[in-house]
Amino acid sequence: MKARNLYDKLWESHVVRQEKDGTALLYIDRHLVHEVTSPQAFEGLRLAGRKPWRAGSVLAVADHNVPTTLRAGGIQDPISRLQVDTLDANCVDYGIEEFRMNDLRQGIVHVVGPEQGATLPGMTVVCGDSHTSTHGAFAALAFGIGTSEVEHVLATQCLLARKSRSMRISVDGELSHGVTAKDIALYIIGSIGTAGGTGYAVEFAGSAVQSLSMEGRMTLCNMAIEAGARAGMVGVDEKTIEYIRGRPFSPKGEGWDAACSYWRTLKSDEGAMFDREIAIDAKAVKPQVTWGTSPEMVVSIDGSVPDPEDVQDSVKRQGMIRALDYMGLSPNRKIEEIAIDKVFIGSCTNSRIEDLRAAAQVVKGRHVAKNIKLAMVVPGSGLVKRQAEEEGLDKIFTEAGFEWREPGCSMCLAMNDDRLSAGERCASTSNRNFEGRQGPGGRTHLVSPELAAAAAVAGHFIDPGKLS
Amino acid sequence: MKAFRHLDGLVVPLDRPNVDTDAIIPKQFLKSIRRSGFGPNLFDEWRYLDHGEPGMDNSRRPVNPDFVLNEKRYQGAQILLGRENFGCGSSREHAPWALEDYGIRAIIAPSFADIFYNNCFKNGLLPIVLDEKIVDRLFREAFEEEGYRLLIDLDSQTVKTPSGEKLAFEVDAFRKHCLTEGLDDIGLTLIHRDEIRAFEAARKIEQPWLFNGNDK
Ligand code: SF4
Repeated sequence: MKARNLYDKLWESHVVRQEKDGTALLYIDRHLVHEVTSPQAFEGLRLAGRKPWRAGSVLAVADHNVPTTLRAGGIQDPISRLQVDTLDANCVDYGIEEFRMNDLRQGIVHVVGPEQGATLPGMTVVCGDSHTSTHGAFAALAFGIGTSEVEHVLATQCLLARKSRSMRISVDGELSHGVTAKDIALYIIGSIGTAGGTGYAVEFAGSAVQSLSMEGRMTLCNMAIEAGARAGMVGVDEKTIEYIRGRPFSPKGEGWDAACSYWRTLKSDEGAMFDREIAIDAKAVKPQVTWGTSPEMVVSIDGSVPDPEDVQDSVKRQGMIRALDYMGLSPNRKIEEIAIDKVFIGSCTNSRIEDLRAAAQVVKGRHVAKNIKLAMVVPGSGLVKRQAEEEGLDKIFTEAGFEWREPGCSMCLAMNDDRLSAGERCASTSNRNFEGRQGPGGRTHLVSPELAAAAAVAGHFIDPGKLS
Repeated sequence: MKAFRHLDGLVVPLDRPNVDTDAIIPKQFLKSIRRSGFGPNLFDEWRYLDHGEPGMDNSRRPVNPDFVLNEKRYQGAQILLGRENFGCGSSREHAPWALEDYGIRAIIAPSFADIFYNNCFKNGLLPIVLDEKIVDRLFREAFEEEGYRLLIDLDSQTVKTPSGEKLAFEVDAFRKHCLTEGLDDIGLTLIHRDEIRAFEAARKIEQPWLFNGNDK
């Protein structure tokens, strides 16, 4: 049989039927739902007199709008509250399991799915959210969809889709000390650009990727969308299987063994072909900091803000000039000299237990610098929060001057009260540095949890190794 | 969904690459549980000088005179000319809803982000990919000629410029069919419900664990 890559396998095993023009009807195994992109889909379903095809495949959680403080009293903002109430009501009406705001299992949808074992290898996973690519870390075909598609999947358990081209990004060699999955992700985006992966499903491979924990692989796949790829994925190995073992939704008993033997086949065959291959030398990757308003505008911590004058392409140059103006930065400024106002450790990219441990390690025994107006840690889920508290991480953070919050999307997109004011500069572990993303006029620099923690302590960007 | 066949529309050139969906419709407007009414807040942060929140009377807000959509000559535009990677970022379908609500029916760019591209078709908006050099030229013409219009014909898959030149574009046959007929694709999919059921039943036998968990 022809050697197939992981994407081929995942795709082919879900095609219900195929039109002549290549449009396929793809069966969806897991549908994750949150409050922002679902109300209009449920409304559409209701108007058409339809019901969910398989309510049991759906798992819902409110994350984007929820406050990260004072939850017992409910949500103060009436518009946000209505959206969360609407999700609650829809889930009750249609028999969909939901982790409500005050449930210990509540959290960011992309943290909750894997944590519950609701994301399994070999699945198709969709959610009305672009960072659904995160779940590909488990060798699932996972991608974000729009609200009309949310309705389509609710009503039919299927999605109309066309097969993407395939790309393999291999990161080989040993990672330098202090280099994380986030840095690999930003480095890749810096190399291929935010549209570099458009039209592709990307498999991350190579020894450096294999050496990452499942948390790290999730961070990497999470950022695949920032490289333009709808889906990112990593083949199954024993780490994948160990992570899934014993989780609430994962198979048990006999089913477990059968599942494991199938899952072990979920990797690219020897000699499988890809439409595009990219090789990255792990040693070349250093800790990364974005300087602009697109994730591709990124340099190493020891670098400087680039000069638009050095760029030939005029559209690109104009974009850089705009970005520098928005960010309040001048060319050639050393990254380590950039002072910051706020620090955000959280988001579906970097809010898992490992991220919090890494940040706490840097913060331990130190204190947040005087010029920092706010440093906050927002765990990805109630379970991550509890685990961190059991390990005493919350104490490390609060003693250092950080705020320790309730789980949710928080300042990643600033739909709740957590946001930047105009002109404020933030070291953020999230995934988008677009204009206004963290609040109108706010300036976002994307970094790893380690770098965010070090920046909080120093008051400016700094290589954590240089902290006294 | 509105059907789309031909469009003779005024063109507004938005000369920036990587226009993201956060810029198309900022997050504070995503709290709505409705599908309509997003037009006045399309490109809110670029279009107005103050900070917009849902429920504001947009007609009284100070507009940014430097933003292209606010220029008098582009009022009533139905075709948006964009640069590469248009619609990147968040999957929010509020972005095409806002564009459609504003009056845009087609977007021409050298490339689109995948999810945004899909979302357009679901809302009667036609995203057209043309070669970067051609888009560059359209930009020049649109800036130079006041009242610059393009004629889009989906049947023949062409864009006609004022000089009479016809530019061909690609579109999937299935999407084209849905768009020209204004079809609801859920209804179309449900025609195949028996096939879906059979597929599901086979899956249940091969991978029973997928149907455990909360799927009792
Ligand atoms: S944490 Fe940020 S990127 Fe992730 S789902 Fe929430 S808003 Fe989206």
